[in-house]
Amino acid sequence: MTEYRYKLPDVGEGVVEAEIVEWRVKVGDTVVEDQPVLDVMTDKATVEVPCAVNGKVTKIVGEPGDVIPVGTEILFIETDAATAAAAKEEEAEAPKAEEKAPEPKAEAPKEGEKPEPKTESPKPAAPAKPVAVAASSGQRPLASPAVRQRAMELDVDLAAVPGTGPAGRITHNDLDDFIAAGGRLISKAGGGGAARAPKTGVEEKKVIGLRRKIAENMQKAKRDIPHIAYVEEIDVTALEDLRQHLNTAKRDDQPKLTFIPFLVAALVKALPDTPQANAHYDGENGVLKQYEGVHMGIATATPNGLMVPVIRHAEAMDVWEIAAELGRLAKAARDGKASRDELSGSTITITSLGAIGGLVTTPVINAPETAIIGVNKMQELPRFDAAGRVVPRKLMNLSSSFDHRIVDGYDAALLIQKVKGYLENPATLFM
Amino acid sequence: MKELTCQVLVVGGGPGGYPAAIRAGQLGLDTIIVDRDGLGGTCLNRGCIPSKAFIHAATKYAEMMEHVGDGALGITLSEAPKFDMAGLTGWKDTIVKKLTGGVAQLLKAAKVQAIDGWAKFEDAKTCVVETSDGETVKITAENVVLATGSVEVELPFLPFGKKVIGSTGALEMTELPKKAVVVGAGYIGLELGIAFRKLGSEVTFIEALDRILPLYDKELIRPVSRWLKEHKVDVQLSCKAKGVAEEGGKTFLEYEDARGETQKIEADAILVAVGRKPLTEGWGLDKMGIPLSGKYIKVNERCETGMRGVYAIGDLAGEPLLAHRATAQGERVAEIIAGHKTAFDPVSIAAVCFTEPELVGVGLSPDEAKEKGETVITGKFPLAANGRYLSMEGGTDGGFIRVTARESDHVILGIHAVGKHVSELSGEFALAIEMGARLEDVAGTVHVHPTLTEGFAEACLAALGHPIHISA
Repeated sequence: MTEYRYKLPDVGEGVVEAEIVEWRVKVGDTVVEDQPVLDVMTDKATVEVPCAVNGKVTKIVGEPGDVIPVGTEILFIETDAATAAAAKEEEAEAPKAEEKAPEPKAEAPKEGEKPEPKTESPKPAAPAKPVAVAASSGQRPLASPAVRQRAMELDVDLAAVPGTGPAGRITHNDLDDFIAAGGRLISKAGGGGAARAPKTGVEEKKVIGLRRKIAENMQKAKRDIPHIAYVEEIDVTALEDLRQHLNTAKRDDQPKLTFIPFLVAALVKALPDTPQANAHYDGENGVLKQYEGVHMGIATATPNGLMVPVIRHAEAMDVWEIAAELGRLAKAARDGKASRDELSGSTITITSLGAIGGLVTTPVINAPETAIIGVNKMQELPRFDAAGRVVPRKLMNLSSSFDHRIVDGYDAALLIQKVKGYLENPATLFM
Repeated sequence: MKELTCQVLVVGGGPGGYPAAIRAGQLGLDTIIVDRDGLGGTCLNRGCIPSKAFIHAATKYAEMMEHVGDGALGITLSEAPKFDMAGLTGWKDTIVKKLTGGVAQLLKAAKVQAIDGWAKFEDAKTCVVETSDGETVKITAENVVLATGSVEVELPFLPFGKKVIGSTGALEMTELPKKAVVVGAGYIGLELGIAFRKLGSEVTFIEALDRILPLYDKELIRPVSRWLKEHKVDVQLSCKAKGVAEEGGKTFLEYEDARGETQKIEADAILVAVGRKPLTEGWGLDKMGIPLSGKYIKVNERCETGMRGVYAIGDLAGEPLLAHRATAQGERVAEIIAGHKTAFDPVSIAAVCFTEPELVGVGLSPDEAKEKGETVITGKFPLAANGRYLSMEGGTDGGFIRVTARESDHVILGIHAVGKHVSELSGEFALAIEMGARLEDVAGTVHVHPTLTEGFAEACLAALGHPIHISA
């Protein structure tokens, strides 16, 4: 019997620390090689950490919410010598694989060796082993017809109710408890009955995982970046006609076009004249990196919170390809299946609340970027035409924020006016 | 013209429409139901019920035949029983009459006004009915429930008439066809074709696909295929019916066989059972401005169509075309109109085939579950190991019960069975799935001995790796 000390492996491109989301094993459990033992969150994705050896867990280090550096000893496993030796042999072999992405298993350094600092990393796709944790991906809540009916009457979304029954089945009691605790109601409309009583409960929640990451990023962006906001009205009547036409005429294998692919296309055309808005600014070192390619971040609401999947090299795509990639990424993000690679590296970001409504937003820049473009609701409104007659037009606001350290108000306005020009005269998008 | 107004107008008195009307009446809504072809719809008049009466009689006859000569189970009949098709049809009609009369009574008790006539809509909320007494009535309704159901699909090159019949015609026959050819080996064709065989007809199936009952997996239909083979039913797969020909006073079905060669086969009756389609014509749907989804009316989980206050249920509103689904939707719709918060939201809808042996499917098959990304375990219990099954002359037909469960938490995702009388197990299967049962729940429920239901518990035990009556 020997003790094997398992260290937090490198879970992806250049990550130096990760936050513990959930332990999947406890002291006394028997583990086998490759069994996921821990979920950790890097700055973007949640990944499973697999075990490297067979054995019995004798100690675990760290609790959910703790941020631990790569290489920290996190799991003590009692093994028989043979398996431990085998694990070591694998480690020894691993470095031979030249430029290939090291598997996390192979990364676990030998006992007694210092964890190697990860300064540079090869350019891997997502590491081979860890997979994103899908939070109960679309499985319907387990509950009897009577419980489902009562939930409907009470406007309670059963997906939000924790079930205490076998396999997480939601019982009548669970529903009662959920409501007594001031559970989230879907809506108050429609006279569901009991929804008017004063509620006195306070739920304390530890902010961990993606939510904490979002909180930190937002605070940093607002603290470090002097935002300048610029709002302009875009007449999308012609663009809407074109979009409708394309959707009617499209081939079956082509995706349905929304407004966003056209906005991406307009930005791709306009940005070369304002390269400082398609850039990363490292304020501490005073370095601005202006990118030739456009990697468009698309802020996406997911069941876990805000994520920003990235359309890489939008400048090399037509609107159909942009739409297809957009659909694929949004689904991956919502299903929790987006890789870390797909969630990082954007050079400018679009955020759209247009579907929900809202006239103007003041979006927060996705640091270290220097610009974010917000899409507001499209509505049909009266405007004067050239002859002074009132005509119905389809209008939409773009609410954008820029890093004023880098982008002057004048340049920001020029960029948005250029985008406006392309969107209002959509033929020019394709010239 | 007489003019009527009501809160709820239900068009179609089948297994979707009449429960909708009864429930609406119970809830105190002023309700009118319009139906022309007899309350009870296809289900009671020319579908589920008549066909089951027919199948029951055929099975009884076939069983009696086994006692002729050497006898069986110690019972011997000294001469063969006589069969009279007209007598069967007459008996079936009394059942239908009893049930449809019952529906009329129930509607009356729920204070629903039933109008015998054909409704034609002028707009989404107004229709004109030519009643059977020659009256014209104009009905304006606050809410409309469309439940016109479905009709048999007729093949253009095999129009109904003379020897070519649909399932409706098959249930109205006065003489047993000596040679029956069934076009289509789906569940309707198989149920009726098998019944004809039991009554003594020579039966041939002409099926365009390369297998029978495409909606069930191969493991499940094997016992049915075996029965067909043992009973010398000719099943021609990958064959396309082409038309009907008359020669020398005889009728032939022409078809293209699997090799593409034209063949013909003599038939006293050609039963076309190639499916059903929603009845969307002849009642003014085009005047209502309601969007379709394919050939069906598009509805959401509240059975609402694209037009406010107009609902569609049952076969008209999409697949699966099953009476019990229509009934459940009908009840929900009445409650929704009455202002209740509810929706048609089942986990699964069980389906049954009254073939020989019978088939039941609830929820996902192992393959379907895998397609949905589930990792599953399955358990199968052969009914040959069930005492009750053997005592009912089962046991040699290959029948079994199979359960499919999620590996991680043992929640049951699907239950399938094939065997004599297994249709009666469908309720327990459906209940298990709706209640979110795990394998342990079913295995831990004490099932009555001796019944077939023990087989369900055993299938769950088999999935858990420790069945009692078979070796794991």
